[in-house]
Amino acid sequence: MTIVELMPFSVLVPLIAAPVCAMLPGRNLPWALATLAALASAVIAATVLPHVMHETLHYAFGSWEAPIGIEYRVDAANGLVALIISAAAALALLWARTSVNHELRPGSQSVFYGLTLLCLAGLMGIVMTGDAFNVFVFLEISSLSSYALIAHGRDRRALVASFRYLIMGTVGATFYLIGLGFLYIMTGTLNMVDLAQQLPAVADTRVVQMALVFIVVGTGLKAAMLPLHLWLPNAYTYAPNFASVFIAATGTKVALYVMIRMIFTVFGYQYSFSAIPLGAVLIALAVAGMFVASWIAMFQVNQKRMLAWSSIAQVAYMILGLGLGTVAGLTATFIHLFNHALMKAALFMALGTIFYRIGSVRIEAFRGLGRQMPWTLTAFALAGLSIIGVPTTAGFISKWYLILAAMETGDWLLVALIVITSLMAVVYIWRVVEAAWFHERPQGAKTVSEAPLTLLVPLWLMVGLNFWFGLDTRLPVAASGAAAKSLFGVFAGVAP
Amino acid sequence: MSPLSVVLIPFAGAVLIGLAAKLPRLRDALSWITAIAFFGGIISQIGPVLEGAGRSQTVWTLLPGLEFAFSVEPLGLVFALVAGTLWLVATLYAQSYMKTLRYGNLGRFFALYAISLGAAGGMAFSANLLTLFVFYEILTIATYPLVAHDGSAQARRGGRIYLGYLLVSSIALLLVGIIWTWAAAGTLDFMPGGVLIGRLDPSWLPLLAGLFMFGIGKAALMPIHRWLPAAMVAPAPVSALLHAVAVVKAGVFTVIKVSVYIFGIDFLARTGASLWLAWVAAFTILAASLIALTLDDLKARLAYSTVSQLGYVVLGAMIATPLAILGAVIQLAVHAVAKITLFFAAGAIQVAHERTKVSQLGGLGRVMPVTFAAFAIASMSIIGVPVFAGMWAKWYLIAGSLQGGHWAFVIVLLASSLLNIMYLLSIPAKAFFGAPARGVDDSKVREAPWPMVAAMVVTAGGCVALFFFPEPLYMLAQLVAEGGKA
Repeated sequence: MTIVELMPFSVLVPLIAAPVCAMLPGRNLPWALATLAALASAVIAATVLPHVMHETLHYAFGSWEAPIGIEYRVDAANGLVALIISAAAALALLWARTSVNHELRPGSQSVFYGLTLLCLAGLMGIVMTGDAFNVFVFLEISSLSSYALIAHGRDRRALVASFRYLIMGTVGATFYLIGLGFLYIMTGTLNMVDLAQQLPAVADTRVVQMALVFIVVGTGLKAAMLPLHLWLPNAYTYAPNFASVFIAATGTKVALYVMIRMIFTVFGYQYSFSAIPLGAVLIALAVAGMFVASWIAMFQVNQKRMLAWSSIAQVAYMILGLGLGTVAGLTATFIHLFNHALMKAALFMALGTIFYRIGSVRIEAFRGLGRQMPWTLTAFALAGLSIIGVPTTAGFISKWYLILAAMETGDWLLVALIVITSLMAVVYIWRVVEAAWFHERPQGAKTVSEAPLTLLVPLWLMVGLNFWFGLDTRLPVAASGAAAKSLFGVFAGVAP
Repeated sequence: MSPLSVVLIPFAGAVLIGLAAKLPRLRDALSWITAIAFFGGIISQIGPVLEGAGRSQTVWTLLPGLEFAFSVEPLGLVFALVAGTLWLVATLYAQSYMKTLRYGNLGRFFALYAISLGAAGGMAFSANLLTLFVFYEILTIATYPLVAHDGSAQARRGGRIYLGYLLVSSIALLLVGIIWTWAAAGTLDFMPGGVLIGRLDPSWLPLLAGLFMFGIGKAALMPIHRWLPAAMVAPAPVSALLHAVAVVKAGVFTVIKVSVYIFGIDFLARTGASLWLAWVAAFTILAASLIALTLDDLKARLAYSTVSQLGYVVLGAMIATPLAILGAVIQLAVHAVAKITLFFAAGAIQVAHERTKVSQLGGLGRVMPVTFAAFAIASMSIIGVPVFAGMWAKWYLIAGSLQGGHWAFVIVLLASSLLNIMYLLSIPAKAFFGAPARGVDDSKVREAPWPMVAAMVVTAGGCVALFFFPEPLYMLAQLVAEGGKA
């Protein structure tokens, strides 16, 4: 099997395994299958990535060549995102079993794991495909399954959160579809590369401009770009802990990837940034998101909600890099996409592990917990250092490239804003650290022991990755650089 | 030994100390072994540096073009020697102090103590700004639990201020300065003569210098000084070794390092870009002294004295003449020896007497003569009285000011000496010649346990020895000042 033939299997494996998983009996078998399928998907993505660093691979489904058929087109950009998504899913699933056993009825677990795989397949499909309508199809697959995942939460508010997400998510997907419809009207094609070739002829029409606006807004909504973020905090807060880990590490990033792909590959960045004031709008929204979300995160009592707001702020950093409209900026976006998956997965895992023992994620319940669950709380603190951006963590590398990119454009105000908002992270992480180590355990609080190894080992693996990729930065930096360059068409001979 | 292995000794030691947390004897023995091995490792670097061939090594590539690398040069050696030597003395002191006052969590305490020293060593031997920054942040984070060690509300509050100031200043200002340097110069390596000449428009230089000087919060340049008094809630050994030596000296060490090897002192002196910061330092020197005068809490007074004394080093680096740099390097070393003595004494008074206020010390000199003699010697060294090491620092700083034609700074330095006499020497004077407060019976008070007294005697002796034998220190400092010219 050649690499090109192997490529689609990173989508197909979870897609095929999903219904099987949903039908398997018991609790362990579905989990094992889901984990294996996600691992397989990740291994395939990792195998493909080196081959797409300098060229684009494409695979025509059913040998129907594009633009008639659907093709998978993988370059460094989606090769990297595919690896992030599938690897994060695999690591989250490794952690999942104990937590899911704790939170879900045995009878609903096979469906739950099946939905997880379906969601993963959808996300991977969005990333791999070279067909803009196919993106929509996979978007719906992943969205519908994630609504169901969230609705599995024990808290009854999970249902409302899921419903709200469903409404907003559908609005977002519809916006994307309307934009796509406009493009189809103007060009008669849905293949991304074909679109890119045909659009310049009709670029100066209001319809194409509107299409761009609709697509940016639609994907922006799915990416929780301010002010389209309101679905996210409740969804993350009330979902089962495993679903929070999985969706936080993957969901918004894929939406952001679609936005990037459409802006750069389909419309072309020169058109996108000149037809509408895209750069200015994205930067303004990103700055607002960084500030507002970090600010709100600082005052949250429910720590899952705190992380949810922090996610909105972190996505805003990625949007900022995109809005700069430079190779350096986009490189920073991809690096942060990679690193943020690491840190948020670790932090949500830590919270889920704490929840497993004390049944709460409210900050007052954490008091004095540092002595009773030292490994878990230390993991949280270390992953928190990564979010803050302390050197030797992955977060530092993100911040380094983002500040460098902002500096390159000579925008000192942005540099200052990035720095100030990242300091807000110090506050919301340190509240937990202080509660855990420098407060006494309240009278009457139950004494708990350290979490079981089945939770701790994957958690620490994730924390370890935060440090690994803070020290050995070759993979994210090289792949992100290649991704940004290929999107800017640098090695296609077009000057950035 | 390679620089990396020297730096790793305390980190490895910390792990062992942490593992032996429940076995006090083994834990204490491991603390000693770690400190001694670290000291030996530093000593082994002296020979190569004096021959002009300090060891260097690249560990790995962190980002393209940015290595995690070490290189031993004279300035780093001075800092490492100061920290390594005083760690030995402080170990003697700390073990006795922590046990006498019955502190808990000693495994964590001594492990973090070792990590802090390892971080200081890492900074000393860093070959570029990025490596230095990594250890700078490790030092900040490792010392935070030491500051908040006893976990009381006051300690937590102090710890929060401490961490807040240091982390915020380093990320908000220092990191931006580093990235800017990288963007402008394309390198972060420490090079004789600096890396910015011809690569950065000199009109930006004052701003960049400001980012560095205020960003290096550990140098406690006003207004980034509040963390230092806040850190005084820590146990005395922390205040002594970390907040008189390792942490604050790491700050001013970075100040000198950046001035000499990133900006280049010629570049600074020629453009006058750093002169505004020299004025800030001068203001810090005087303002902190005046604040110290008003404080009754002994450790708080010493903390403000440290703020003031760190200002000397920043002043020297910002004047940026060779003699001023020489003075700054010497000040880094001699102030460390003197200030650790003062904190040792403050801790000893606390152990023996359970009092922390200057106003309560009247007459105590008669029952604790050794402690207050050491205090007096260290005070005089800081004031700059001959036969004590501090004089050399003041000597070269004044010479450096004159070399640059800055009369005003000479006046500042002299005025500061005067203030030093008032707020430092008044303390042993009160203890020896003052009367005890009414209703206080000091007849039962004894000197602190012998290891603490011994530690004080050694460092006080150091203040005298460095006056009579300043040659090795001078030689290394001279190399720094020359290396800056290139």
